[in-house]
Amino acid sequence: MTEMSYDKPLPAMEGLSKEFYDWCRQGELRFQRCKCCGTFRHVPREICAQCTSFDWEWVRSSGKGTIFTWTVVARALHPAFGDAAPYAPVVVEMEEGVRVLTQMVDCPPEELKIGMPVQVNFKAVTADVTLPYFRRA
Amino acid sequence: MLKDKACIVGIGDTPVCRKPGSGLSEMGIQLKAAVAALADAGLKASQIDGIMPFPNLGKAEAFAANLGCTNLRFAATLNMGGAAPTASIRAAAMAVATGVADYVMVPAGWNGFSGARVRETSVNDPDAIPGARIARDYYMPFGLTAPPQWYALMARRHMHEYGTTHEQLGAVALAMRKHAQLNPTALMHGKPLTMADYLASPMIADPYRLLDCCVETDGAAAFIVTSVERARDLKQKPIYIMGAAAGQPYPADEITNRPEFHRTGLTNAAPEAFRMAGITPVDADFAQIYDCFTFEVIQQLEEAGFCKRGEGGAFVENGGIELGGRLPVNTHGGLLSHAHTLGIGHVVEAVRQLRGEAGERQVKGAEIGVVTGWGDFGDGSIAILRR
Ligand SMILES: [Zn+2]
Repeated sequence: MTEMSYDKPLPAMEGLSKEFYDWCRQGELRFQRCKCCGTFRHVPREICAQCTSFDWEWVRSSGKGTIFTWTVVARALHPAFGDAAPYAPVVVEMEEGVRVLTQMVDCPPEELKIGMPVQVNFKAVTADVTLPYFRRA
Repeated sequence: MLKDKACIVGIGDTPVCRKPGSGLSEMGIQLKAAVAALADAGLKASQIDGIMPFPNLGKAEAFAANLGCTNLRFAATLNMGGAAPTASIRAAAMAVATGVADYVMVPAGWNGFSGARVRETSVNDPDAIPGARIARDYYMPFGLTAPPQWYALMARRHMHEYGTTHEQLGAVALAMRKHAQLNPTALMHGKPLTMADYLASPMIADPYRLLDCCVETDGAAAFIVTSVERARDLKQKPIYIMGAAAGQPYPADEITNRPEFHRTGLTNAAPEAFRMAGITPVDADFAQIYDCFTFEVIQQLEEAGFCKRGEGGAFVENGGIELGGRLPVNTHGGLLSHAHTLGIGHVVEAVRQLRGEAGERQVKGAEIGVVTGWGDFGDGSIAILRR
């Protein structure tokens, strides 16, 4: 898909957000992990909220998790998603403990279930931006 | 200790409408409410020396210049979305109790129907709310773009963990609508609702149907806070601020990674407010609970301690939150059936109830009332008021 045809909101691609999505573009889901206490975190933050350490690294996730909660948007409230409805924003709880807001690529809304095992499934939506969608594991 | 140091001494509100729109500017409609509050209190604008505007809906300087507040010395805005007006009760009480200001005006209002619609504006501006940049980078690309969708995630998880049902969400919508039938100023006055109507309304963001969502509205209200000493000389019977608190969920700017998913700002604020007031939730004669969506009423009843977490669904069933029930909630009809005036309408209604001015919907013998506010990703505020 080209940049011209993709009309949905994109991340700003600046700072830590750009680093997160740059890993996605390379086909890797990575989360920050504190080098001092080992705690994973998402969304990206400057320091560790467990121990205030500034030292951290991007650590590759297993890409596996389970559905924590979801909603089905039956009526889009943003013009760019008008044609997409019904669609389902889903929160996935990763094996690393962090949660990610995403969508499923292969699960019709009526089959969504809390606890369903899922696996990251990247989707390049523009030349610069790849989003971490998920599929059934 | 802030207990009984300050009072609400004036309230004002405008008519609320959808079509054709207020015909006033966003500042104008709020000034209309502010002027009404001054008249209600028997105060001159020049006596107002503190102003606490709602986030992004006008600056204190502009209110002061328009009204003729020649001695503005306390101006503050609490960045808590719909929790701001009720949170401002505490901040205003702090200001007047310490002599930082004598009379604090809290206005809020907008052209929420004819002007900018809340569903379109909340996160398009990266500075609109504290979490807007996170929403832009991590939620909006996946189509999570508006408040009913954010909170639907909480409602769905609650249904999974506690068995909360669609019919229980509907019971909230029905209670608000029932109260609106007793309030001639409510948008939904004259439009009664049945459970069948509710269940037949179209899905917006599962589990939220259209009738789980509040009504985008043009409208404004304002109230005035002063010290107990000054309140004695004014026109109205003062309404005392027994307890007040505000709080944030953790993290406040991100909705998915909360260690306790249903813990909100109110979870911390409510016990503090009840302790300050020296009462417990069962002592309240009514509650005005910020009802942007039906589930938020259930969630706040739980987090405020009116019932245990997980028991809110049962609490609202069988008329539990209707007039005559164990805790009448949103006696004016709330955001769901009166109007979405950003939560300040809940404060105004609480004052009317405690003054005994609520007409057909009056809670008989009401002495103590609770007001809550909810904003952004779950910011919370609470005030406990008495006559
Ligand atoms: Zn750490």
